[in-house]
Amino acid sequence: MMNSVFSNKTAITIFVLPTLLIFCGIVLVPIFVSSYYSLLDWNGVGKGTFVGLNNYVEMFNDPRVLNSIKNSLLFAAASIFIQLPLSLLLALILASNVKGEGFYRTVYFIPVLISTVVIAQLWSKIYNADYGLLNSLLESIGLSHLAQDWLGQKHTALVASFIPTLWQYVGYHMLLMYAGAKSISNDIIEAAKIDGASRIRTVFSITLPLMRPILKVCLIFSVIGAFKVFDLIYVLTNGGPFFTTEVPSTLMYTTIFDTYRYGYGSAISVFIILECLVFTVIINKYFKTE
Amino acid sequence: MQVVLQKKRNFTKYIGKILLQGFLIIVAITQIYPLIWLTFFSLKDNSEIFSGDVAGLPQKFLWSNYTKALSDGHVLTYFFNSVLVTAVSIILVLILSSMTGYAITRMKWKLSGLTMTTILLGMMVPIHAALLPLFMVLKNLGLLNTYWALIIPYVAFGIPMAVFILGSFFNGIPRELEEAAVIDGCGIYKTFFFIVLPLVRPALSTVAIFTFLSCWNELMFAVTFINKASYQTLTVGMMSMVGTYITQWGIIGAGLMITTIPTIVIYLLLNKQVQKSMIAGAVKG
Repeated sequence: MMNSVFSNKTAITIFVLPTLLIFCGIVLVPIFVSSYYSLLDWNGVGKGTFVGLNNYVEMFNDPRVLNSIKNSLLFAAASIFIQLPLSLLLALILASNVKGEGFYRTVYFIPVLISTVVIAQLWSKIYNADYGLLNSLLESIGLSHLAQDWLGQKHTALVASFIPTLWQYVGYHMLLMYAGAKSISNDIIEAAKIDGASRIRTVFSITLPLMRPILKVCLIFSVIGAFKVFDLIYVLTNGGPFFTTEVPSTLMYTTIFDTYRYGYGSAISVFIILECLVFTVIINKYFKTE
Repeated sequence: MQVVLQKKRNFTKYIGKILLQGFLIIVAITQIYPLIWLTFFSLKDNSEIFSGDVAGLPQKFLWSNYTKALSDGHVLTYFFNSVLVTAVSIILVLILSSMTGYAITRMKWKLSGLTMTTILLGMMVPIHAALLPLFMVLKNLGLLNTYWALIIPYVAFGIPMAVFILGSFFNGIPRELEEAAVIDGCGIYKTFFFIVLPLVRPALSTVAIFTFLSCWNELMFAVTFINKASYQTLTVGMMSMVGTYITQWGIIGAGLMITTIPTIVIYLLLNKQVQKSMIAGAVKG
């Protein structure tokens, strides 16, 4: 009786089929369709011409594409070397039974929940050359010579567009790492203390090694997040000035919906997927948890 | 001697604690001040924003910015659209993924493992990959500029994570409960809907929160599949509003606040659950 209930074919079909149809139709099949589009020269009207790998060849010779890839790599590097260490520091402090632990955790996490569109608008007001918060703060502390048009200038735009991301996601990585640090059994930490290990020593020899799985997740998230970044750049600068903040996803978007090069745009989107996959595999390999 | 040393050590410890708290407070201010500033300028008029005191409290609280944003700026329409799209997406994700998660983890059939692997694969796929093909399909079906143009993709992309989270909760339910229900004469549907589902309520709310955040804040699909103002959600609507009121920061600020407030309220009410759901979304690695 048990078996007949739990292997009821009709019920399984009713439970699984709708999900599978919508999932395959909307998530899986389009990847293959995109890969097919990427082999076409097509403006979306009528049938495209099959051009094989031409789009990919063009991509790797296109300075605009290479520049956008370089920018997303810089984003990834900044996330890894600035955002993650800061998150880790905050997580370790909060996990060490500091006063106000819950309060800080809650406050640091707030920006994570806000729509990136809102964040981009908010920061474009902060950066505004004439009435922005940043410039008036600089003036009020006597550094008015530093005030400038942060998003409008080539040499400051990329850094200025990274800072909102840092601000938004520091709390997210902090929370993940905090959860990782908290899940370490107190007995192990106590044992290290009894053995005479200093606090710093305990962190490096016990806490961090035991946090490897969660550190790996954070690393993957921040790298993939950098490759996928779209909303923020699209709203904040739309790739400008002079392509200094352009990333692959915004370039893909303009290529498809502004210049109607559907095949070429699809090639860029396929590149983004492959880039994410390759880096995930590499990180997983070099960060084996067992 | 001993006492002096002890005293000195206590003193350093005390200073250390103060420095640590100072650091944490500075970070807290950095995280929260931009939002407070947003609140301030959403209540100011242009002359006050563009005159000397950019950072401070408004002299007079200009609530009319909010009424202007809601009516003239169409924020009420955008808000309604966002609520509708998000709510329907959450309900569909919950129904579909709980049924599927249950069938995969607790029922016996040959292809369950393969189905799970396929669905989990979806967690790796960036939405960029599907953008153009979906656009073409929706265009050909005449679904652009409808609510379905957003709901269907949001549900599809919400499913992998939801199945993953719910599946791991179903796995944690003791078999005996289900078996007892069957012995008492429940069929599979009754067992699932009346015995099992109520047991995973925390997982359902985790999934609901997760889906809420991703749908409420989504931009790329929303900006591509919808261009009629009457169907735009808050994220896209906000962009067209910024275009209209480009120099009227107060009204823009009010619009941004209206977009943000629901999320903040939910967060402050369900703080622990929200943090848990964000962690649950990550520990799949």
